[in-house]
Amino acid sequence: MSPRRSDINSVLVIGSGPIVIGQACEFDYSGTQALRVLREEGLRVSLVNSNPATIMTDPEFAAATYVEPITPEYVEKVIAAERPDAVLATLGGQTALNTAVALHDRGVLDKYGVELIGASIEAIRAGEDREKFKGVCDVIGADYARSSLVRTVDEAVAAAGELGYPLVLRPSFTLGGAGSGFAHDETQLRSMIAAGLAASPVHEVLVEESVLGWKEFELEVMRDKHDNCVVVCSIENLDPMGVHTGDSITVAPAMTLTDREYQVMRDTAFAVIRQVGVETGGSNIQFAVDPATGRQVVIEMNPRVSRSSALASKATGFPIAKIATKLALGYTLDEIPNDITRETPASFEPSLDYVVVKIPRFAFEKFPGADTTLTTHMKSVGEVMALGRNFTEALQKAVRSLEAKGAELDFASPVGEVADWLPKAKRPHDRRLQAVVQAMRAGVSVADLASETGIDPWFLDQLALLGEVAAELAGAPQLDADALRAAKRHGFSDVQIAAIRGDVSEDDVRRLRHALGVRPVFKTVDTCAAEFAARTPYHYSSYDEEDEITTGDRPKVIILGSGPNRIGQGVEFDYSCVHACYALHDAGYDTVMVNCNPETVSTDYDTSDRLYFEPLTCEDVLEVVAAEQRSGRAGGQGDSGGVVGVVVQLGGQTPLGLAQRLKDAGVPIVGTAPEAIHLAEERGAFGRVLAKAGLQAPKHGTARSYDEAVAIAHEIGYPVLVRPSYVLGGRGMEIVYDDETLHDYIDRATEVSPEHPVLVDRFLDDAIEVDVDALFDGEELFLGGVMEHIEEAGIHSGDSACALPPMTLGRADVRRIREATEAIARGVGVRGLLNVQFAVAGDVLYVLEANPRASRTVPFVAKATAVPLAKAAARVMLGATIADLRAEGMLPAGDGATLPLDAAICVKEAVLPWSRFAGVDTVLGPEMKSTGEVMGVDAGFGTAFAKSQEAAYGALPTKGRVFVSVANRDKRHLIFPTKRLADLGFEVLATEGTAEVLRRNGVPSTVVRKLSDGRGPDGEPTIVDKIHAGEVELIVNTPFGNSGPRLDGYEIRTAAVMRGIPCLTTVQALGAAVQGIEALRGGEIGVASLQQHHAVITAARESERLSGENPAVPGADSTIARGGATQVQEGDGN
Amino acid sequence: MTEPAILVLEDGRTFRGRAYGAVGETFGEAVFTTGMTGYQETLTDPSFHRQVVVQTSPHIGNTGVNDDDPESRQVWVCGYVVRDPARVPSNWRSRRSLDAELADQGIVGISGIDTRALTRHLRERGAMRVGVSSTTTDVDALLQRVLASPGMAGADLANEVTTRQPYVVPALGEKRFTIAAVDLGIKSSTPRYLAEQGCEVHVLPATSTDADILAVDPDGVFFSNGPGDPATADGPVAAMRGVLGVKPVFGICFGNQVLGRALGFGTYKLKFGHRGVNQPVQDRATGKIAITSHNHGFAVDAPTDREATTDHGRVVVSHLDLNDGVVEGLRCLDVPAFSVQYHPEAAPGPHDATGLFTSFIELMAAHR
Repeated sequence: MSPRRSDINSVLVIGSGPIVIGQACEFDYSGTQALRVLREEGLRVSLVNSNPATIMTDPEFAAATYVEPITPEYVEKVIAAERPDAVLATLGGQTALNTAVALHDRGVLDKYGVELIGASIEAIRAGEDREKFKGVCDVIGADYARSSLVRTVDEAVAAAGELGYPLVLRPSFTLGGAGSGFAHDETQLRSMIAAGLAASPVHEVLVEESVLGWKEFELEVMRDKHDNCVVVCSIENLDPMGVHTGDSITVAPAMTLTDREYQVMRDTAFAVIRQVGVETGGSNIQFAVDPATGRQVVIEMNPRVSRSSALASKATGFPIAKIATKLALGYTLDEIPNDITRETPASFEPSLDYVVVKIPRFAFEKFPGADTTLTTHMKSVGEVMALGRNFTEALQKAVRSLEAKGAELDFASPVGEVADWLPKAKRPHDRRLQAVVQAMRAGVSVADLASETGIDPWFLDQLALLGEVAAELAGAPQLDADALRAAKRHGFSDVQIAAIRGDVSEDDVRRLRHALGVRPVFKTVDTCAAEFAARTPYHYSSYDEEDEITTGDRPKVIILGSGPNRIGQGVEFDYSCVHACYALHDAGYDTVMVNCNPETVSTDYDTSDRLYFEPLTCEDVLEVVAAEQRSGRAGGQGDSGGVVGVVVQLGGQTPLGLAQRLKDAGVPIVGTAPEAIHLAEERGAFGRVLAKAGLQAPKHGTARSYDEAVAIAHEIGYPVLVRPSYVLGGRGMEIVYDDETLHDYIDRATEVSPEHPVLVDRFLDDAIEVDVDALFDGEELFLGGVMEHIEEAGIHSGDSACALPPMTLGRADVRRIREATEAIARGVGVRGLLNVQFAVAGDVLYVLEANPRASRTVPFVAKATAVPLAKAAARVMLGATIADLRAEGMLPAGDGATLPLDAAICVKEAVLPWSRFAGVDTVLGPEMKSTGEVMGVDAGFGTAFAKSQEAAYGALPTKGRVFVSVANRDKRHLIFPTKRLADLGFEVLATEGTAEVLRRNGVPSTVVRKLSDGRGPDGEPTIVDKIHAGEVELIVNTPFGNSGPRLDGYEIRTAAVMRGIPCLTTVQALGAAVQGIEALRGGEIGVASLQQHHAVITAARESERLSGENPAVPGADSTIARGGATQVQEGDGN
Repeated sequence: MTEPAILVLEDGRTFRGRAYGAVGETFGEAVFTTGMTGYQETLTDPSFHRQVVVQTSPHIGNTGVNDDDPESRQVWVCGYVVRDPARVPSNWRSRRSLDAELADQGIVGISGIDTRALTRHLRERGAMRVGVSSTTTDVDALLQRVLASPGMAGADLANEVTTRQPYVVPALGEKRFTIAAVDLGIKSSTPRYLAEQGCEVHVLPATSTDADILAVDPDGVFFSNGPGDPATADGPVAAMRGVLGVKPVFGICFGNQVLGRALGFGTYKLKFGHRGVNQPVQDRATGKIAITSHNHGFAVDAPTDREATTDHGRVVVSHLDLNDGVVEGLRCLDVPAFSVQYHPEAAPGPHDATGLFTSFIELMAAHR
């Protein structure tokens, strides 16, 4: 007897697409849980998600996985193909929810008789529509910030009479908050409202009662079909109202509510979820509380699983997404067991006997010019979570989990000035916490800081406590066990202790600590504050008394995760870590995961055999290793306790950076040795590997002064790629074209000195850039995939689109690439994964860079070639050979470079966060800026590319006006694709210079005014005016030289972002886009599942195996129009 | 820093920390509560009389002490164990710090110990006697005093916490009913809920007989929560028998155990009890689940698989705890009486079960 609904046999899950700011890999976590539950329930599950880097798009998680754009059009095609009984859209973030609403509005759900489960359309609307939601609050008698929409000054004054001051003014439909602000009295209101009305294109301003500076709380609530409701977690924001909760430091459970206030909040939350009509599943409800009076107002609710629910799940051990899925299938909370205790039901509210702190991770250094002030518009790219037995321990663990230079709270450097620090403490920004601590050290009292910042005095006092503990530590006559314990109890790291003491190193502190027996214990996240025994080994460290690690007797492998998502290190690395857990568990090991990112699948307690939610620092990892060694098979002195080794290759730069120090501390590192990793990164040593193998790298040199840099540049020849070894002001690499720009770069972006040399590389023109992921076992090479980049010169590989199979490489090229890759693998001493970046220029193959570790492209390659590359890598690292894995069936005969000719073309496209950073130029460069990626799959390149664009940015236009304006060096490459667009019926708009070139080549175009020309005598619009007027459908604008606000191109690209118009910044992308547009005009584009694509590849492999024929090689004579492609040396990892 | 303090359990397990609240020495039954909010209500709940309460939630005292939230006239716990006491209270209703309040009321506490280790110990070994001292560091001597202190089984404590004199809580708004509430350790939220529904509540001492109760001419009789072993509550049980079938009856917690005994069921001591605000209780008639506030170390032993027949007619177990299947409510089918083991008055805890007060009102209305 199953209590679940028997009328649902097949479900389509909508995913959340690429990682963007505000919607990160938490939805991979929730989606993966949903798919697992649905599969366990015996349902036929299909999925649509365009993001190949996710675990959820692994083909084994669904019967049919559609890596297709998440748009109503494509999802309708999937529904038509799959004919599911139900659609589940509440686990795929806002993207999935919006798509579900669109499908409903278009009548698609009705047409195919598909039921939306989880939340109804009415509930979604009631939760999401501000006016409807206010109606909900009115019905249940819940308070909210009152507001009024005004169109005149008099209306505003009248509204103020009802609402009272201060007021927030929000002009409608302005970007970047133009015209908004606070009015504290009528005079201010009168002057500001006029400006606000003028700033609004519709002459409307929302006048709202201000809750800025109030305390902010969230409740994660679940409801089942019998109307049983529970609060899974309460969360309190350390940052008061005014900062997006995703950008706030948050704490669970709530710290500063009495039971009376908390229960009122809980009652309101339940009333909201009931009135909104979320019949089953999870919701998140946000509140603001006036610290002076306790008045509570409801801010908003999300009728779906959210970022906060992922955090709440990890914080409590209560798996919200999994349970939401079961509730959607008709189970009730009491019918679902609590996984952690196994004997109690899920119909309860978790009780925490620890404190959880989440801190967002920002990437402002990647976006010079972006405003670092935090507002209600989310700007962070990732987050960390830490657990401790008290707030101070959790906070300091979280801060060091950020892995951001200078983030750790500093109690050692000289005390600064109040005048410097207080303004920084007042302004919400990415380093506000640190500024508050420094302001406190400079002498500002808790009370003054509370009134200046709005941060609750309790939190501020905890920071004061840290200061006192640090002072005691500094003043202790000697660093003894008591002094160490006192500091450790409040989360001070060995690094901090060393800095505070001043006369010892981090390693000294650790050795002393170990000698004195001052070690952390590991506690368990058990949902119930120890009331019941936990069956799930989900641990965190604390300097407390009793350790809870139980012994085991299987050999153990510790896998280090990738830490917080940031630009350059995202879900792709979590994917590889998770695969290692699966593969090594299956191979008979106990897998032990260490990570601090709450958004991930790797930090799900049932991904690994044991989970340690810990910072990825040397100190914290060593303690985990020690705990595992203690609890192992024999566990005696000098015994490894069954710990076979630590995997550092799969989690990106974070674990890689720890490898050598772990090894030096006696920890076995499996796979490629740390020395080999270092060898690949060290130019001189790597140069010798290349020389020995007869391979070439682009000419390069290291300059220790400006003159040296010029000399090297002259020797190599411009353009050159320059990058600092020491970064100032967050600037990284740039391509420079002459002495002047080189000088400017060095002036502006870095300092050059013998201590801080600058690297100067030849910049290869007209080169094809190629990315390779391969596996090497010491003897044999398995070429996982060869990817050909679409973008031009100097674009970071993480930001460029690429195609697999490679579109224009011939058999000979692939053969040379294979040989070169194998030579490098052998020379470096790789055991496991290797990523190599090549440039093919003329007939020369240049090696740009080799990284002996999992790369960002591993999941894409795995999905494009139907090979579990990360799993195989994990096995190879622990000693399996490629031959063994072929014999097991994990690896196929042949490899990823021997795909059949009828294999689908897979295009990976990067997704960039421009819209989040108003005013930042949208030009791609050597510095990686993308947050995520999508994959377009189809039989032909044009269609695959078109799909990738649609998934990333929106559909390519098939008609209308295209504006072209390119740098001189791109003009030759512009003619052919532009002519094709004109032939297809596009009207071509061009600035005068470009128009002239086009006219000479027989391409008709309309001349438009540059921005710098200004409007014409009769008000003729500039191109920027036209873009804003919606008169341009496609923009092609390639930059020259330095980007910046003074240039026309900048204004054009910025306008494109504001208006959401596709803007191609390379001629190669234009070439690909033309193919895409042709494909779109060519007729109906279909959808197919990954399983269908893989069947083609597998069938071909099978027939080759049977016939023993030579494997096919990808086509050598593709006709893609493309210009130069070239290389970049990457500083921040692939 | 405050004085060092030690905590010694009767089985010898020892924890070392720092004094919190009053400096001194105290003995009682060690129990843990898992509520993350509501320490002020917990401390002033008379059911905690003679118990040393361990808070599993590490940060205690953050919102200070106010004058609105106490559930009785004083702090009743006899010892308090926390990990990280607040240094600065922060709440607009706060009047003073918890530390000062405990010191004023002479409550000996200890802070800074591994409360989770202590909780796990109590979970595995059961609630047991404990001593907390900030006046000695001699563990063995303290252990001897712990072993000499009385246990909870067989303790008759209602008389120690009850009101000495009857008093009346007036109805809010129009008076609709008169209730006699036998104070076995009543929390002030209970009369407040009843008063809000138009009941005039006559709170009577625990020693009240059925005659005393009926003397106020009530529309219904309420038996409150309270501390100690229900097996000792012969007086209240006799009073309960005297009013069953005469007036509608509602009991909470100890009152549930008194009803159970009056009906002829036994009571027994749970290994470590239910103390917290997150317990799932199912109403067996509707299947609905309430997340409820609990504070009980004893439970009623009644059959859960069938109706029982008693001197007062048929009785069913109306509510069960879903975590461990413990009886959480009784309902008489032939006389107007029902009771629950948990706390619909919450304080601290969720308001999910406040409807039970309305049920009592309805029962009284039906039997007037």
